[in-house]
Amino acid sequence: MDGTQDRSPLPQAQLREAFYATKPTRTTVFLRTFLPWQIVRFVWINLKMLVIIRRSHQTH
Amino acid sequence: MAQVVVLGAGVSGHTAALFLRRWLGQDHQVVVISPNSNYNWIPSNIWVGVGLLRPEQVMVPLAPIYRRAGIEFKQAKAVGLHPEGNQRAPRPYVDIEWTLPGKVGEKERVAYDFLINATGPKLNFEATPGLGPGRSSLSVCTAAHAAEAAGVFKEMVERMKRGERKRFVIGTGHGTCTCQGAAFEYVVNLEFELRVHGVRDRAEIVYLSNEYELGDFGMGGLHIRRGGYITPSKIFAESLFAERGIDWITRAHVKSVEAGRAQYETLAGEDREVAFDMAMLLPPFSGVGLHAFNRQGSDIDATVLMPNGFMRVDADYQKKPYEEWRARDWPCYYQSPAYSNIFAAGIAFAPPHAVSQPHSSPNGIMISAAPPRTGMPSAMIGKAVARSIVDMIHGSERPTHTASMAEIGAACVASAGANPFTGTAASMTVFPIVPDFERYPEYGRDLDYTFGEIGLAGHWIKIILHHLFLYKARMRPGWWLIPE
Repeated sequence: MDGTQDRSPLPQAQLREAFYATKPTRTTVFLRTFLPWQIVRFVWINLKMLVIIRRSHQTH
Repeated sequence: MAQVVVLGAGVSGHTAALFLRRWLGQDHQVVVISPNSNYNWIPSNIWVGVGLLRPEQVMVPLAPIYRRAGIEFKQAKAVGLHPEGNQRAPRPYVDIEWTLPGKVGEKERVAYDFLINATGPKLNFEATPGLGPGRSSLSVCTAAHAAEAAGVFKEMVERMKRGERKRFVIGTGHGTCTCQGAAFEYVVNLEFELRVHGVRDRAEIVYLSNEYELGDFGMGGLHIRRGGYITPSKIFAESLFAERGIDWITRAHVKSVEAGRAQYETLAGEDREVAFDMAMLLPPFSGVGLHAFNRQGSDIDATVLMPNGFMRVDADYQKKPYEEWRARDWPCYYQSPAYSNIFAAGIAFAPPHAVSQPHSSPNGIMISAAPPRTGMPSAMIGKAVARSIVDMIHGSERPTHTASMAEIGAACVASAGANPFTGTAASMTVFPIVPDFERYPEYGRDLDYTFGEIGLAGHWIKIILHHLFLYKARMRPGWWLIPE
């Protein structure tokens, strides 16, 4: 699998779909791996998922 | 004494077998028939595919577990289903063909009182010329496929370290594929690992998908309340790709793959091509090729199976336009309408229709994501079917437990990079899985129970789930307390 020789180039940045996409700010990216905040999110996401699982099991 | 036969030992079949054994007691027999000797925790194949885990770290040998549990295990594949028995004996049975080394090819007849078809799918690489391992692209559908992908990925990294530039094309290898979530996880993990190896600047990464929009995942996408807006998953998926420098091509039906290039047709009917140095393209799924026969030995596939090989259950299979699709079309009990002692669980049941809006190119090529039936819903269906069968054995005339995908939710954690401090994963929940626009007219789902966010916490949850579900698969003490 070697397409290096004859591949057509991808379009320039401003012509790509990604140019029109929403991008996170530096603060958002920072918070994604900021330990104290992620510990809080860990607890919250787990609780949220447990609620969904419980609700799903209640249907039958 | 009743004999319950489970075809398949994946998430759905294995879950059903374990609960059957627990609830039925030793008065009744549970038999599992699977062509594979191992249980594979498929969600972690992604990490095998980038070389972070070895195949044996995502697999559990089935025979010792079943021996300990008192479940009879036959390493074989089911080839024929005889729900009326034959002219000599009316007891239903399945014809199996052994795959166990030393018995390969030997045939056997296994009688049943209740049958759960949980075979999973056939990975239908043949649908696209050149697609798949041993041809011109790679896969992460099995641990062995993922290990092969990891080998090629490692080679690419080595060559990039020597200064070469490489292009990776990751996605779906046919217009009717499902499991876009797996391709999505693989592409972001691959991107993360390229950064870890310090060669990201020498890589172009392209996500090639049959989804109408990014973030569709075969379930029509989802809407999330976040940042003061109700936002579709397309925005989040595009944002992640843009942030990571991953280009994407959607609405694509891959027509053929050859060494270093993939030809695809767009929804607009245009023929295009993308070159690559490494391609991981998922195959479409179909039924495993099981055939059904009546008492006289005549083929009754049309009664038991849909044309795609998946099993008919209590769904509404009437053909109707997208506008008339309803949540209640989806099955509740997963019971065959023709034979009340046959059930289908997980991917093996035939969905009544897609979840995502269907689209075709001007050439009549269907380019539409098929509905996912993996992971949490698969296990929940397996458990509900097991409970119903137990109740029927104990006297109930009909199944007692439901697990309609239009009534249950799902939690999903999609890895976006594996590292205990710098990794991330997208944690998502949807409720219900299949949108119900009669109950939730605006978005089809309950937005209080449908959410998503990306962060390190998600990665920790993904790690915990990996160990928790392998623990459960091994039937360690208290396994039944771990929810599906």
